[in-house]
Amino acid sequence: MKKLKNYCGIIPILFLIVTLAGCATPAVNALESDASQVKLRSMQTRAFDTTDKKKMMQTVISTMQDLDFVIDKADFTLGSVTGSKFLGQAVVTMSVTVRPRGEKQLLVRANAQYGIKSVEDPATYQDFFTALEKAMFLTAQQVD
Amino acid sequence: MHKRIKSIVAIVLCLGIAGCASVPTGFLKPGEDCLASRQLQMRQYDTTDETKIVTSVAGLLQDLGFTLDASETQVGFVAASKKASAVSGGQVAGAVFLDLLCALGGSSPNATAHCDKNQIIKASVIVKPSLDGHKTVVRVTFQRIVWNMSNQINRVESIKDPKMYQKFYDGLSKAIFLEAQSI
Repeated sequence: MKKLKNYCGIIPILFLIVTLAGCATPAVNALESDASQVKLRSMQTRAFDTTDKKKMMQTVISTMQDLDFVIDKADFTLGSVTGSKFLGQAVVTMSVTVRPRGEKQLLVRANAQYGIKSVEDPATYQDFFTALEKAMFLTAQQVD
Repeated sequence: MHKRIKSIVAIVLCLGIAGCASVPTGFLKPGEDCLASRQLQMRQYDTTDETKIVTSVAGLLQDLGFTLDASETQVGFVAASKKASAVSGGQVAGAVFLDLLCALGGSSPNATAHCDKNQIIKASVIVKPSLDGHKTVVRVTFQRIVWNMSNQINRVESIKDPKMYQKFYDGLSKAIFLEAQSI
């Protein structure tokens, strides 16, 4: 029993070492992400039943402005919009791309970064698409 | 004894988890003040000529001393920025006074170095047709980054001051008129 108590003291120290080691990611991993590529795409992408790219981009911009973003860049040919917002002392940057999918649909993909971390939480993206579909009066459809 | 160990383990666990998961959730949800800021930042104009409004916006931004950073006229977007002084007399006076007091007390907090010095104001404007299609809607948003006397970033914020937006739209009405007269 006494032996067991000794072990218990070591466990927190081990845990601390493991967690601290987990935080320190080397620079080589800049191109890596935690989520799988497919999973990432599915949480960041939605399809809309419209072909009006201009209106879609303008709605994306106004939705981002509703969310306190300041738009830094936009490109109609690429269909991209990039913006940033301040959250306390951290900077959130987000870029959204709009491109055609087939004849009748547009594909909207958003990806956000919080400080130096990629946002990989599906609920956060869902919040954005919920706001976007309200502004667009269309339903955002999940893409497989 | 066991309870103590358990609580230590729990604390370490909490610290470990809190240390890594620092990305907050819900920051892409429109806030409660979203409608109010929309009213503050948006104006409608009785025209369907988007190009005219976009050119007027670019002209106005230049009038206000901004330099244009990016634009995409096909979606009616213009972004501009301006460097300006952020020195406020009151803040500097307070800091100097604090420094003096501390110097008398034998410590040196150097509050003056943390005073605002420069700022960059970023503006982004979007011009688009209104929902009914008969009018043109303009929306501008401002952001600023403030540096202190030792050239460190003091703070970053969205500007929500109604005066700022009022001034912008007063200027825009004039710019649209001037543009119409080709001045």
